[in-house]
Amino acid sequence: MISKTSTFLAGAALALALTSSAFAARTDLTLAIQLEPPHLDPTAGAAGAIDDIVYQNIFQGLTRIGPDGAVLPSLAESWSVSDDGLTYTFKLHDGVTFHDGTSLDAGDVVFSLDRARADDSTNAQKALFSAIASAEAVDDLTVKVTLSRPQGSFLYNMGWGDAVIVAPESADTNKEKPVGTGPFKFVDWAQGSSATLEKNADYWGEPVALDKVTYRFISDPAAATAALLAGDIQAFPSFPAPEAVAQFEGDPRFSVVIGSTEGETILSTNNGKEPFSDLKVRQAIAHALDRQAIIDGAMFGFGTPIGTHFAPHNPAYVELVETYPYDPEKSKALLAEAGYPDGFKATLKLPPPAYARRGGEIVAAQLREVGIDLEIIPVEWAQWLDQVFKQKDYDLTIISHTEPNDIGIYARDDYYFDYHSDAFKQVMAELDATADEDKRYELLRQAQEIIAKDAVNGYLFELPKLGIWDAKLEGLWHNLPVQSNDLSKVHWTD
Amino acid sequence: MLSYALRRIVIVVITLLAASVVVFAVLEIVPGDPARLMLGINATDDAVAALRQQMGLDQPLVLRYFAWIGGMLSGDFGRSYTYSVPVIDLIRERLVVSLPLALMALALSTAIAIPVGVFSAARRGTAADTGVMAATQLGIAIPNFWFAILLVYVFAIALRLVPAGGFPGWEAGIGKALAALILPAIALALPQAAILARVTRSALLDVLGEDYIRTARAKGLPARLVLRRHALRNALIPVLTILGLQFAFLLAGTIIIENVFYLPGLGRLGFQAITQRDLIVVESVVVLLVATVVIVNFLVDLAYAWADPRLRRR
Repeated sequence: MISKTSTFLAGAALALALTSSAFAARTDLTLAIQLEPPHLDPTAGAAGAIDDIVYQNIFQGLTRIGPDGAVLPSLAESWSVSDDGLTYTFKLHDGVTFHDGTSLDAGDVVFSLDRARADDSTNAQKALFSAIASAEAVDDLTVKVTLSRPQGSFLYNMGWGDAVIVAPESADTNKEKPVGTGPFKFVDWAQGSSATLEKNADYWGEPVALDKVTYRFISDPAAATAALLAGDIQAFPSFPAPEAVAQFEGDPRFSVVIGSTEGETILSTNNGKEPFSDLKVRQAIAHALDRQAIIDGAMFGFGTPIGTHFAPHNPAYVELVETYPYDPEKSKALLAEAGYPDGFKATLKLPPPAYARRGGEIVAAQLREVGIDLEIIPVEWAQWLDQVFKQKDYDLTIISHTEPNDIGIYARDDYYFDYHSDAFKQVMAELDATADEDKRYELLRQAQEIIAKDAVNGYLFELPKLGIWDAKLEGLWHNLPVQSNDLSKVHWTD
Repeated sequence: MLSYALRRIVIVVITLLAASVVVFAVLEIVPGDPARLMLGINATDDAVAALRQQMGLDQPLVLRYFAWIGGMLSGDFGRSYTYSVPVIDLIRERLVVSLPLALMALALSTAIAIPVGVFSAARRGTAADTGVMAATQLGIAIPNFWFAILLVYVFAIALRLVPAGGFPGWEAGIGKALAALILPAIALALPQAAILARVTRSALLDVLGEDYIRTARAKGLPARLVLRRHALRNALIPVLTILGLQFAFLLAGTIIIENVFYLPGLGRLGFQAITQRDLIVVESVVVLLVATVVIVNFLVDLAYAWADPRLRRR
């Protein structure tokens, strides 16, 4: 009898133990991204998929960009800027170690900055470092960076994935085996299939809730939908199939969060080529575009109309959609004034993403209404970069410019828009030399207005971030002010 | 038989060499700079130039061709531009997915098609025959990617019997790995099975009209034995031809199916490599596929000779 009771009690205790452990929150996560990165070194490639995995999870910079786009301290716990805006002194966190056990010191920061701006550097955003004249270690935890000219965006630039701090010991092998300072350590990359990270037990900052994270690479929109529905993955932070979102919105198992990105989707126009060099022709194109119809058709209603090259969630954004409102009659009148009463023929080169291919069909239909007859030419990415971007061999194309705060490209003389405006360049030069935030916002507003009035490109919509994940999962970013899947705050609620 | 095999081998080698030249030449003239593709639209020209030099893209074309072919012969396929790991390792990792998948599909389609074809031929003109033929027509008409999605909705989402895609790796256990491959294998196999069943049926019907079949029947051999012993073996030649061609189709079909099921196979590697202009990987994968097809055809030729001794003299 006694033995029976004790067996019963032991059983009850076991059952209790099992139920309580079943109630402990999950600590693993499998999420998916659409494209597989070519490698895992964010300082040597432009692929957004690299930052999707490593930025702020494995690698960290002096500063970081927060979920709302603000510049926050990261490896540098504080900094000071000289009055002339030329000297930045960063104070590093004490006790930071890389995943291979070596400790972070000022020498690593100097190494990383020098490496990124060296002659043989293959950093995809080398321009971020162009203002740096020298970087030196004052002591183990203090770095002094001297600029050759004031650069108002310098702290922001240092928060990009391309500006993360790497160690000289591991810099050359980061492509295959990334070694950083972040809350997660790299475990394994099964090429073509998945990448796995695990919690860094020696992390210098606030410990993370997840023990193990697996990234799957799923490019096919139908497969992405199926993987979520089957429960193979628990999150798709940038879901590639807007057509399937409605099906998740009605399902209580999932959270659907529609946010914004830094992707200005535009009808890029070759301003250096006839007839697009004529402002009236560009204005006519702008008047012929019905943005909402494009958003509905290409993105199934997801996306915010824009009237300039700037993200609507940015505090300096100006609403300029009504600069040239949809008005086919006015468009035809402008074409006639420009000497094309019967319209003209041109080409529209479309890269592979669905927003471009689907959007292109609608843009072509809308321009045909006013007499502009577009021949659609689908191109691959590599062809697009070669023909459109490098050789400027195009009339019109549709592309999303996903780099954050990239309005400065309109000041580049050799850029593929072939747009040249002294007024714009002057505003940009002034912006570069300005650190005061209110003054910067004012200059950014002026810049947005100049390119909107010049109708440099057809401004269509801001690319949305379609986030779909398990309803019990919290802490993923809603917006995408910078390419990242920051997992430091992600946790399960049950 | 030996000289027949030798002649075939010479043809195989010449075909492969010609294919390698064509593949290399075509890919090198396709527009697109791999270095610019990797660094994106914000990269400065000197960063792109530095990367081109690192990748060896500044070397002359002919030199690169011979370096590639020479390396391949000694088992060194070069290094992937994008992954920067040896191409041979990439291909080996992918083959352990694609090869079992293609073989599973081939086995499945043969296992379904031959009995179905025999069944149908033996009942020529009956309702059962008409039914089977209608079903195979449907099987040919359905695109395999659509069928794949249908399979996923039924078996992965509704019934949750198998994952919707992905591959856990053979190290996760043979059961899990096979579970991940079963739906893709079925999706690949069914359209092929439909074709093969029709070919088996019509080949058998041709043979069943021959005089020696009548003789076999006349001497009182049961219908089942006539079919198995006399008819089927002689009907195998067209079936073998189709099987050989199908293996090539299965390998090509994996490009689509591996994308639908996000399997880390050779087809997906080739597809990704083309879009990323990872030329050395594309070149190696394509030449490998060509080699596989050529060698399979070579084996089919040998099998003909085995099935039909008259062919050996040609």
